[in-house]
Amino acid sequence: MLKEPEVTLQLAIEHGLTEDEFNNICEKLGRIPNFTELGIYSVMWSEHCSYKNSIALLKTLPRKGGKLLVKAGEENAGLVDIGDGMAVAFKIESHNHPSAVEPYQGAATGVGGIMRDIFTMGARPIASLNSLRFGSLKDARTRFLVDGVVRGIGDYGNSFGVPTVAGEVYFDECYHGNPLVNAMSVGLVKTDSVASATSKGAGNPVMIVGSSTGRDGIHGATFASEEISAKSEAKRPSVQVGDPFTEKLLLEATLEIIKENLIIGIQDMGAAGISCSTTEMSAKGKSGMKIDLSKVPLREDGMTAYEIMLSESQERMLVVVKKGNEDRVKEIFEKWDLHCEIIGEVIDEPKLYIDYEGKRKAEIFPHHLVLGGGAPVYRREFKKPTYLKKTKSFKMTSLPEVENIEEAIYKVLSSPNIVSKRWVYEQYDSMVRTNTVVGPGCDAAVVFIKGTQKALAMKTDCNSRYVYLNPREGAKIAVAESARNIVCSGGVPLGITNCLNFGNPYKPEIFWQFREAIAGMGEACRAFETPVTGGNVSFYNESPDAAVYPTPVIGMVGLIENLSHITTSYFKNEKDLIFILGEDFEELGGSEYLKVVHETVAGDSPQLNLDTEKQLHERLLFLIRNKLIQSAHDISEGGIVSALVECSILNRKKMIGAKVIIPVKTRSDFSLFSESQSRVIVSVKKSDRAAFEYYMLRQKAPYRFLGMTGGKQVKINDEITLPLSKLENIYYNTLSQIMGS
Amino acid sequence: MKVKFGIVVFPGSNCDHDAYFSVKHILGYEAEFLWHKDHSIKNSDVIILPGGFSYGDYLRSGAIAKLSPLMQEVINFAEGGGIVIGICNGFQILTESGLLPGVLLKNESLKFVCKDVYLKVINANSAFTNLLNKEILNIPIAHGEGNYFADEKTLEELNKNNQIVFKYSDNVGNLNSESNPNGSVDNIAGIINKRGNILGMMPHPERVCNPILGNTDGTSIFRSVVNSFLK
Repeated sequence: MLKEPEVTLQLAIEHGLTEDEFNNICEKLGRIPNFTELGIYSVMWSEHCSYKNSIALLKTLPRKGGKLLVKAGEENAGLVDIGDGMAVAFKIESHNHPSAVEPYQGAATGVGGIMRDIFTMGARPIASLNSLRFGSLKDARTRFLVDGVVRGIGDYGNSFGVPTVAGEVYFDECYHGNPLVNAMSVGLVKTDSVASATSKGAGNPVMIVGSSTGRDGIHGATFASEEISAKSEAKRPSVQVGDPFTEKLLLEATLEIIKENLIIGIQDMGAAGISCSTTEMSAKGKSGMKIDLSKVPLREDGMTAYEIMLSESQERMLVVVKKGNEDRVKEIFEKWDLHCEIIGEVIDEPKLYIDYEGKRKAEIFPHHLVLGGGAPVYRREFKKPTYLKKTKSFKMTSLPEVENIEEAIYKVLSSPNIVSKRWVYEQYDSMVRTNTVVGPGCDAAVVFIKGTQKALAMKTDCNSRYVYLNPREGAKIAVAESARNIVCSGGVPLGITNCLNFGNPYKPEIFWQFREAIAGMGEACRAFETPVTGGNVSFYNESPDAAVYPTPVIGMVGLIENLSHITTSYFKNEKDLIFILGEDFEELGGSEYLKVVHETVAGDSPQLNLDTEKQLHERLLFLIRNKLIQSAHDISEGGIVSALVECSILNRKKMIGAKVIIPVKTRSDFSLFSESQSRVIVSVKKSDRAAFEYYMLRQKAPYRFLGMTGGKQVKINDEITLPLSKLENIYYNTLSQIMGS
Repeated sequence: MKVKFGIVVFPGSNCDHDAYFSVKHILGYEAEFLWHKDHSIKNSDVIILPGGFSYGDYLRSGAIAKLSPLMQEVINFAEGGGIVIGICNGFQILTESGLLPGVLLKNESLKFVCKDVYLKVINANSAFTNLLNKEILNIPIAHGEGNYFADEKTLEELNKNNQIVFKYSDNVGNLNSESNPNGSVDNIAGIINKRGNILGMMPHPERVCNPILGNTDGTSIFRSVVNSFLK
């Protein structure tokens, strides 16, 4: 076995710690840490585990209230009450860096990790979502990444047996060297059988269950906390390898031991493996542990204590069992053919003793290592970025008029950001478990809850161009648009989880973006009464070229109180009336039209009025509950034209055209492609028109009659004719043509 | 008589609960799970081998499952004329076990595919289709290895004995390459054995039984099976 290196300040710095942090550790221990201890500190105090640069701001977000049962950050995932003795657990997490160097395994283990966060709470995962961002599809490397990431997500989720029901995929050059792969999971749990990630009660045995431990993923958490560079390729061994089959067995066994009330606490092993689970559980229960690493089932010979403590081998859990139940727990894991070993016990003293092969390898204080305990908290410098002056001063009126408006429409409709992501989501099993009422391809997915009349609506959302141009407003819009999608499907928004993908927080301009985005998100969440249940911060999303656009992805879950409220976005019948709710302000900043037709990202983001948005939600829910509308689809990227076309063709089994008049304020391209917020297209049966308009007028709500459904084309303002067959071909086949299958 | 469905649970099965729910709670038949390590089919009248990734399917779909203790019982049951339905992974296990002819290769696209497809009913007189009142069914698929292949002699046999039950078609029954989602020879989606007691199909009828999901085309397959006992 190799001799362990001597611990010096230099070695600590190579582990990603700062001089101050190293001194802090020496002071706490009253000595220089040994090599294993240094390893544990370096992963626990990495950005990924400690949130040291973000936690101060995250605490300004609304993290309780509403129907929240567990405060954000207290457990592995947030928990929201949905009545009938049930709660929904959900969380989103990033796996950007691993996916940049090893797209298939990076994405697969991202899915696996977030699933474990859900079932470690005793919740059965019922749906999976994601949010993906890549560079331009013209680039071969991008197509390689897209193919690998999608296969990775699919293979893991499909085998694990949880439907992937919704998501978003965007393409922009800023993600060229640093794609974003965010995975979200939603689970259901009975409120009386929720498990906690805690450890207490001296003498209770500590068990490791699931896969054996190998050398994969060592320092994954540290790798995730630095910028991607030419050297990153060498970090490929820091990427873990996924085994969805074992995870499926682990799910069933875990839910059984929780259901039988055999345990004190349980935590999954993701980032920082045994280091993280032993310290966090001990710190939470204000206790300690004595651990013997010689008992850990290994898959490789000659592993050191350092390697075992830092391994990020997947599909493992740490379980603190109520003394006396060891045999029953072992029986359950044996039934599922999984490892289950006692590796130590809980002690009253708040210390962690790690032994290996008869030698003491670490002696540390759990509380000192964890977020909320002794882990460092920094308040970073911030400075308004200079690029904003340039982007804000852009004059829309300087844009040349397009010569052929139909050509511009087709150009926007063919954008990979607008077209159907069928090529992607058909690789995901979206139906297994037979609860998916509305699957991928619509506004929000709807999954019903067997044995009740309820369903959950869910969606991920973020327009990062808006956030780039105006971080505060852009983050507000991300929350508002998720909520609008939930409402359009008939649901009441319950709460959000967030995945905050930003650049290097040590750069003041990046940190300004982060600060502003958090402020906007907080405002919106308070307005919609959707607390933040938890989530993930991913900094250092930079490649040698530049940082990615600030991308605070919102994952939202809403409750549909009655299955009869479920509403979809597409037209239902010929000769229904089409209305638009909301107003247009000719806002083109950051629009798809500007990017695709005029090849620029400039201007200000659209403005969002939270009161207007909230009223829109209330009215939509009234209209839905009173069955006054047949469909509801919000206007987002690509403006009113894209939204209308989608209303016509989203139901491929029954496409229905439309004939409409879209009012033009100053220029037709402005009106057709404006991405003004708080707007929804609805269709209304002729027989419901009077009741619908009576309600809207009494509400003094802004709305307008646009036209009528029917026919085989979308006709706009008597001058634009878009045949459904051509639209169908563009919408459903563009992405597969680009990807070559 | 009361017909009892036995639903096999392999480690990695993930459509076991869907089949159970549809048969028991939607259609109201008796149903029980059968554990892969057991040696008894617990007096089941019909065995369902559900979809999923038995034993992870890292080697070749169904290759491990066919060796499980319970599978030996299922094979004996089937060889004695017992009714067996293999759906998706279940179909793969049936071909691996030699209970049905042919093999299921990787999809022609080399990609997993999940979507609604249309099936043309080729044999409406089998134990699994005798109550079908439609010629075209709309049932989803979700698989990476559903590309059915058999040599010409086997195909001839299948045709001669009326063993081909479903073919992938479009919504009006045209059989062509556009309506073939995985490259299966002759658009074959489901077959029975010569004796007619074993069905293997890649599409998932258990996914289209609940009216809440907007399509109940799968129910008539399970109803047909029960009906065949009453004859």
